[in-house]
Amino acid sequence: MSRFERQTILSGFGQEGQGKLSHSKVLVVGAGGLGCPALLYLAAAGVGTIGIADGDEVSLSNLNRQVIYGERDIGRSKAEVAAEQIRNKYSDIQINVIPYFLNKDNALSVIAAYDLVLDGSDNFGTRYLINDACYILKKPLVFGAIYQHEGQVAILNVQDNEEPLTYRDLFPIPPSASEVPNCSETGVLGVLPGIIGTMQATEAIKYLTNFGNPLIHKVLFYNLKDHGTYMLDIGLNPDGRKLMPRTASEFHQMDYAVVCGPGDLKRWEDVQTFMAEHPENAWLLDVREDHELPKLDNLPYIPMPLSHLKDKMHELAALDTIFVFCQSGIRSARAVEDLKAAMPAKNIYTIEGGIKSLLQKN
Amino acid sequence: MGKIKVRAFGMIAEKLPSNELELENIANTDQLLGYLYQQYPALKHTKFSIAVNRKQVHGNELILPESEVALLPPFSGG
Repeated sequence: MSRFERQTILSGFGQEGQGKLSHSKVLVVGAGGLGCPALLYLAAAGVGTIGIADGDEVSLSNLNRQVIYGERDIGRSKAEVAAEQIRNKYSDIQINVIPYFLNKDNALSVIAAYDLVLDGSDNFGTRYLINDACYILKKPLVFGAIYQHEGQVAILNVQDNEEPLTYRDLFPIPPSASEVPNCSETGVLGVLPGIIGTMQATEAIKYLTNFGNPLIHKVLFYNLKDHGTYMLDIGLNPDGRKLMPRTASEFHQMDYAVVCGPGDLKRWEDVQTFMAEHPENAWLLDVREDHELPKLDNLPYIPMPLSHLKDKMHELAALDTIFVFCQSGIRSARAVEDLKAAMPAKNIYTIEGGIKSLLQKN
Repeated sequence: MGKIKVRAFGMIAEKLPSNELELENIANTDQLLGYLYQQYPALKHTKFSIAVNRKQVHGNELILPESEVALLPPFSGG
């Protein structure tokens, strides 16, 4: 008796399907709402090698949907905890821990070691980054995303006879982060990423074992409220192709934070509301040089010019939430990238439009 | 001219009176966008893709009577 008996006796799957799974290497990017159920089912099904990439730590508000973690895990690395849980369950698969966020410098070398990537990330910058890396490396990408009570699932970048279709064909112009709120702003029932993440694992398994009709170059929309679905065929999109890097060197020159917004773009009114509600642990950071005017006069802030940011950022170690601003929002986006790279567990946001947009409002 | 059905998803549906509309006198996707932007200006601030009869289209695409058009925004959550 093997732990896979109930699927090896399944017609159309069999020992052959199991053999394919056990020789497959799947990278799950993001061990959050989508990644948790996907990881649990991929591991249970016997995918031979699973990589878990996430630079985040478990927090209390994750626990309604990120079902691998419990109260005792708060503050620990998601990738480490997820790997530990799965290793405790099964001894016959290899789990690789990648306890940091993917970026343009590490994504190609991390992804190169896998046969398929499952995108469980939560921001557009990472989604376009993973898409482009998969395109360059010719890796199939099982995409999934949620918004309030709806979800999307697709298999992208499959190398069949025609040109592989990508996320940039589906959504050619990257939206700004402020255009599309994420779960932390709009809320989500925990079961929705459970359903969509499980669908992603389903599609990964179907694709790897040639079972059924995988969603290759199709997108499935799912609505939790009425279980309504909508499926469409993706079409090649020249507008999206223009923006896509074709080689590793083009990829390294991309700026995913600026192209897509850093995933954490805030408007002044949101910042002011947040600061009023959390006066003790949220701070504003001015990254303009000392001589730049006007200064912010009605809110407390820390001055830390971009030219000194790398030397002085250790002074921010005790803060939970940092809102970064500059004159127009460009330098602050750059500063957020540096700060997040050095302190990934903190909530760090750039303020859209900088101090100019504040002055226009007042 | 016949009617067409428009289905909207995510934040696009939130900016319309309903997630399904029935429209008349729409011959192509440019006309459809012109009508939607005029009636529902909030749509201008959100990017979305378009599918006609379950195939994604780009550029100005013909919409035949009785067609189903879908307005598809990207989601980022995970």
